Amino acid sequence: MTTIDKIRNVPEPRGAADGDTPLLEVRDLHVEFHTRDGVAKAVNGVDYTVNSGETLAVLGESGSGKSVTAQAIMGILDMPPGRIPQGQILYRGEDMLTMSQDARRQIRGSKIAMIFQDALSALNPVLSVGYQLGEMFRVHQGMSKKDAKAKAIELMDRVKIPAAAARVGDYPHQFSGGMRQRIMIAMALALEPDLIIADEPTTALDVTVQAQVMDLLAELQREYNMGLILITHDLGVVADVADKIAVMYAGRIVERAPVHELYKRPAHPYTKGLLESIPRLDQKGQELYAIKGLPPNLLRIPTGCAFNPRCPQAEDICRTEIPTLHPVTEQDGTELVGRGSACHFWKETLHG
Amino acid sequence: MAELSKKDEPAVGEPADTTPNVTEVEVADVHSESEAVAAIDAAVGRGEPILQVRNLVKHFPLTLGVLFKKQVGAVKAVDGVSFDLYQGETLGIVGESGCGKSTVAKLLMNLESATAGEIFYKGQDITKLSGRALKAVRRNIQMVFQDPYTSLNPRMTVGDIIGEPFDIHPEVAPKGDRRRKVQELLDVVGLNPEYINRYPHQFSGGQRQRIGIARGLALNPEVIICDEPVSALDVSVQAQVINLMERLQDEFNLSYLFIAHDLSIVRHISDRVGVMYLGKIAEIGTDTQIYDHPTHPYTQALLSAVPVPDPDARDNRERIILTGDVPSPANPPSGCRFRTRCWKAESRCAEEIPLLAVPERFKNVDTPAAHESACHFAEEKDVVHAA
Repeated sequence: MTTIDKIRNVPEPRGAADGDTPLLEVRDLHVEFHTRDGVAKAVNGVDYTVNSGETLAVLGESGSGKSVTAQAIMGILDMPPGRIPQGQILYRGEDMLTMSQDARRQIRGSKIAMIFQDALSALNPVLSVGYQLGEMFRVHQGMSKKDAKAKAIELMDRVKIPAAAARVGDYPHQFSGGMRQRIMIAMALALEPDLIIADEPTTALDVTVQAQVMDLLAELQREYNMGLILITHDLGVVADVADKIAVMYAGRIVERAPVHELYKRPAHPYTKGLLESIPRLDQKGQELYAIKGLPPNLLRIPTGCAFNPRCPQAEDICRTEIPTLHPVTEQDGTELVGRGSACHFWKETLHG
Repeated sequence: MAELSKKDEPAVGEPADTTPNVTEVEVADVHSESEAVAAIDAAVGRGEPILQVRNLVKHFPLTLGVLFKKQVGAVKAVDGVSFDLYQGETLGIVGESGCGKSTVAKLLMNLESATAGEIFYKGQDITKLSGRALKAVRRNIQMVFQDPYTSLNPRMTVGDIIGEPFDIHPEVAPKGDRRRKVQELLDVVGLNPEYINRYPHQFSGGQRQRIGIARGLALNPEVIICDEPVSALDVSVQAQVINLMERLQDEFNLSYLFIAHDLSIVRHISDRVGVMYLGKIAEIGTDTQIYDHPTHPYTQALLSAVPVPDPDARDNRERIILTGDVPSPANPPSGCRFRTRCWKAESRCAEEIPLLAVPERFKNVDTPAAHESACHFAEEKDVVHAA
């Protein structure tokens, strides 16, 4: 409702000059949790890359390992019980899993920042939002309290919180859900990171507020030319903002594709089932297609393709052999750039 | 107990006596009277409504002081809501959090007592009932809750949870018959009847919601109030539960009041949809009227904000992004409650409360836009299909 004086100092787009090293590359990442009941394999070989200015959406149900992957990238996994038996996470070509804790701290927050789902529990209830925002500057840049507070006000202005100067001393509970999420975004944005990981940033919000927050996030991303990893289960949100999509199921990427391609022609039965099972706003459908069964227990992932007990196309090979992420091609063999499907029968799924 | 055996004698009491008549309804002011009239007018030709809600109001007092409590105001959670629910129909209620949709559900269940207004179940005002009569009515109105993780007692077995309604209404199933009945119910909702001795923690979210639905079905109710029944579930499981609910509706001729914030799901399951904003209904009509021909600016904004799972639509879809948050229901804006966020607002909106009625300009026109909308400047605008 308040008009905010536009963009003071737009920083130069970064990352473009780095040649071909992607901003972030995850290679064959595995994460497991040792529990009393056995080893839960949350992530089983995930690969993805994100470049500057690009939005990667990681789509999956609860328990698919999408958030665990993000936590591994941020280095905020609880270890133990968590463990990373293999894999690499390369930030501008440097493996973050092998670097020292100090070096990692330099990256965390200032280069890669995270926005959490539930702003009320992610913010400290006994500290004012101004103090929490300023903490980024005090800790990482050694700013004085006074300067940090001025910076905090500036940030709150950036994310369009009305009357920022008056509200800088307020506590999280005094803000509405949408405003709290804006504060989370401001906090992630504070040190102008190269990459933001947003873990279900709008799941707890109403649609009208969700639209506001997603718009803001997209605007800021463009302005700072940041990479964005958007973790969500909402196929609608993904269609609105993503450039490319990775669909996860039971700790693996089962399909990857540019956003338009995925919705038009899914190449994995799981993606296809998901797309058919959501009701549409613009038309009244018949009975919904429902994927039968339940997501697998991570302590006992089915042999072969993890989706085989729920898959309408499953055959014997699906129960014995784990499908790799095949590159997907057109019927005549021309490669579809950026597409892959971990299904033995991707051809049948894609070409019908 | 004659009053407890339903279905046997549906025609007890002449409709003329028991159906609420507009003139009998105690109306607080002129506005709400015409609102009630409009709601009743629209009902013509669809048979007798099973549930009629008239000017329902719920204010939660705000008090100051410990010993000598003084009321300093009220949170107007529900402030004059009227609608009808017909046999075998699904009425969807959508709105943002804090708009009062869950309070409406609680009022219908008589879990909260209404500040004013009436709820007629088959012509009987249930807000005035108590004791045995209330118990009899409650048997016919059941509820399915949002969170399947907290709405089932972790210390009770599934058999006990689903069978508990029989302890309260023993006339439904004789003691020896109950176990069989529970197993039947489990089968109806698609769970293995052998699971009867398991505990809730042994089930997944979708299965738990099925248990909640089985409990709601136990007493053969006529109305089921569903308060966000699928929002806690995973996408692939949501479709299973929605399909189950639709199947049960056909099988048992149930009426659903389906409360949700997911507009796509509400469209899928509902025959009619009501849009609530700050304790009032902004617009109500059939699903096509609301989704394809919305006339209230709030409905238009709400629909345009829903992300559509179609990336091709993102560039050419017009999106109305509302500014700010929902005002506090303790201190709602004067006149039209939506005017603080509305792009059409004029001075008239601040002075005059718009009535929920078919807008004047559409009154004599046969168009899907001719449905009740509480806006002074109602205007049709298709935001969903905009190309």
